[in-house]
Amino acid sequence: MAKGIFIILEQQGREIRKVALELLSEGRRLAEQTGEPLVGVLLGSEMKGLATAASAYGADQVITVDDPVLKDYTTGSYTSVLNRIIREREPQAVLIGNTAIGRDLAPRLAQRLGVGLAADCVGMEYDAITFLRFKRPIYAGKAYAHLHSEARPILATIRPNTFALSVADPSRTAEVVEEKASIDAADLQTIVKEIVRAASSRPELTDAKIIVSGGRGIKNAENFKVIEELADVLNAAVGASRAAVDAGYREYKYQVGQTGKTVSPTLYIACGISGAIQHLAGMGSSKVIVAINKDPEANIFTVADYGIVGDLFEIVPLLSQEFKKRLA
Amino acid sequence: MNVVVCLKQTFDTEAKIVLDAQGKVDANGVNLIINPYDEYAIEEGIRLKEKFGGEVTVVSMGGAKVAEALRTALAMGADKAIAIQDPASYGSDEYVTAQVLAKALKEVPFDVILSGRIAIDDGSSQVAVRLAEQLGIPSVTSIMTLSVEGNKAVVTRDIDGGMETVEITLPAVLTAQKGLNEPRYPSVAGIMKAKKKEFKTFTLKDLGMDHGDAGFAGAKMKLDSISLPAPRQAGRVIQGEPVQAVSELVRVLMDEAKVI
Ligand SMILES: Cc1cc2nc3c(=O)[nH]c(=O)nc-3n(C[C@H](O)[C@H](O)[C@H](O)COP(=O)(O)OP(=O)(O)OC[C@H]3O[C@@H](n4cnc5c(N)ncnc54)[C@H](O)[C@@H]3O)c2cc1C
Ligand SMILES: Nc1ncnc2c1ncn2[C@@H]1O[C@H](COP(=O)(O)O)[C@@H](O)[C@H]1O
Repeated sequence: MAKGIFIILEQQGREIRKVALELLSEGRRLAEQTGEPLVGVLLGSEMKGLATAASAYGADQVITVDDPVLKDYTTGSYTSVLNRIIREREPQAVLIGNTAIGRDLAPRLAQRLGVGLAADCVGMEYDAITFLRFKRPIYAGKAYAHLHSEARPILATIRPNTFALSVADPSRTAEVVEEKASIDAADLQTIVKEIVRAASSRPELTDAKIIVSGGRGIKNAENFKVIEELADVLNAAVGASRAAVDAGYREYKYQVGQTGKTVSPTLYIACGISGAIQHLAGMGSSKVIVAINKDPEANIFTVADYGIVGDLFEIVPLLSQEFKKRLA
Repeated sequence: MNVVVCLKQTFDTEAKIVLDAQGKVDANGVNLIINPYDEYAIEEGIRLKEKFGGEVTVVSMGGAKVAEALRTALAMGADKAIAIQDPASYGSDEYVTAQVLAKALKEVPFDVILSGRIAIDDGSSQVAVRLAEQLGIPSVTSIMTLSVEGNKAVVTRDIDGGMETVEITLPAVLTAQKGLNEPRYPSVAGIMKAKKKEFKTFTLKDLGMDHGDAGFAGAKMKLDSISLPAPRQAGRVIQGEPVQAVSELVRVLMDEAKVI
């Protein structure tokens, strides 16, 4: 009989990533509802203190695999270790954050286990018959597919910001189980040579609670500083439309939309963006959308909760000022 | 250097999604394109061939019009095409698709398999990685540069907040991210030549698969239903002089919507 809800605890810079903590938070609620134990799985090297953080967010047990070979993520090594742990313990479900690592790891692991994978889910519910049901965007958010898995374990990657983060409870303690890595040689065919991370104090686009995005209306790369200023006041991420990316105002990694990133922040502020169908696909599930556009007929106003018709070069700096005042 | 490119035919990004009477996505009147990320894979495959010699085989499992997408790839410069076309495959999940593709590639020699990093219709980013696992070879996803030397490839890949350089042993599966290259357009001469290139079409039976292995029946993930997002309502355009409008906007965001 399958047992337990496993959360893969991705870490970056010696911290468990926020999406993994969100999954622990929701996993705790699910554990209370179903009586299944909640198990965090930590892979990496020199992970002191991380198991404690996982227990504070609700894990009953934390399995740690601490080995220099796991310092940098590679598809093969992580799949090898997780495949063994999962086959031995037979959990009901394994939940993974939909991050660059999650997207790379989950399908590999799923195929090795011979099971399905609900990828990039934005909803998950307990169900007495199937245990879990998932909701995931298709056509970049123009529709949703509702799925379940008959096979065990159930595997899913969950989009950041899908579940509320609970308040950490430092008095909670979890049982910590240490496991060895022992990786198959066949799984060591990739070597990480170098990792370069841009030094940015801003949150990751796909993690961010607030996103301020600029479009062709920004007119040049230099002008993006009005967007950055507002983003910094709100501790927000910066996004861009494809037109802004194609014109070279911003790198591709900032592109929001059907062929860029799909995001669902609490607040999305679109500045000088017309609201083309491909852009709306990528941000249409944001909780609140604000549009700043000089054209009252712009399509973005048909989806925006709040809008101001006006020149963004006047409105956006005023917004930064006003927020600064209110947040001071 | 022999290259296989996996490509998927998808809806045009302009397409509005509507559901038919059965609650399925209605493909009527929708313009079909090659999945945009797969175009980078095709281009990179052709470049590898131009540099090292060998052949590029494009493969796709798809619907009635999948040949059009494969012909376009041949016109760009790929050498051979394999279509897997079988109504029994409709509704296949990524697990099944990877099985089918692996079977279709049984007789095809390859050093590198290229694909898109994600299909913009189902948006799952799974098939290529699953195919690698099915074939027992390594994979790297979301690559932005590729250089091949002997039986090794060095790639840079897009990771959260940065870039990673990875060395990988060939044969391997690599998935293409935007930025890898600028895909060429098929030339008129290329379109003419494409008509004479080798083009094989398989059914699931030809690949030794039963109908129960594929489609909705074979899928590990069971589709319960498809829904459309609740249409967003146009909200409130805040009127007034810029200074007043801005202060009102900040007030509603902080005090009413409470999103900050
Ligand atoms: C295959 C394909 C994939 C695509 N994928 C994506 C995608 O992933 N993401 C995406 O965004 N697009 C995508 N697009 C492109 C999309 O169709 C639009 O072209 C694009 O979103 C337009 O960007 P924009 O709104 O910034 O520019 P525009 O449509 O040119 O709009 C600019 C807006 O700025 C306003 N403006 C101008 N000056 C000011 C000012 N001073 N103050 C206030 N407002 C001002 C204008 O009124 C206008 O509404 C894709 C297209 C294709 C064909
Ligand atoms: N039916 C298919 N036939 C051939 N290749 C496919 C098919 N489905 C997906 N792929 C490849 O796998 C990539 C990722 O697709 P997906 O896992 O559906 O997001 C695509 O960009 C294609 O290169």
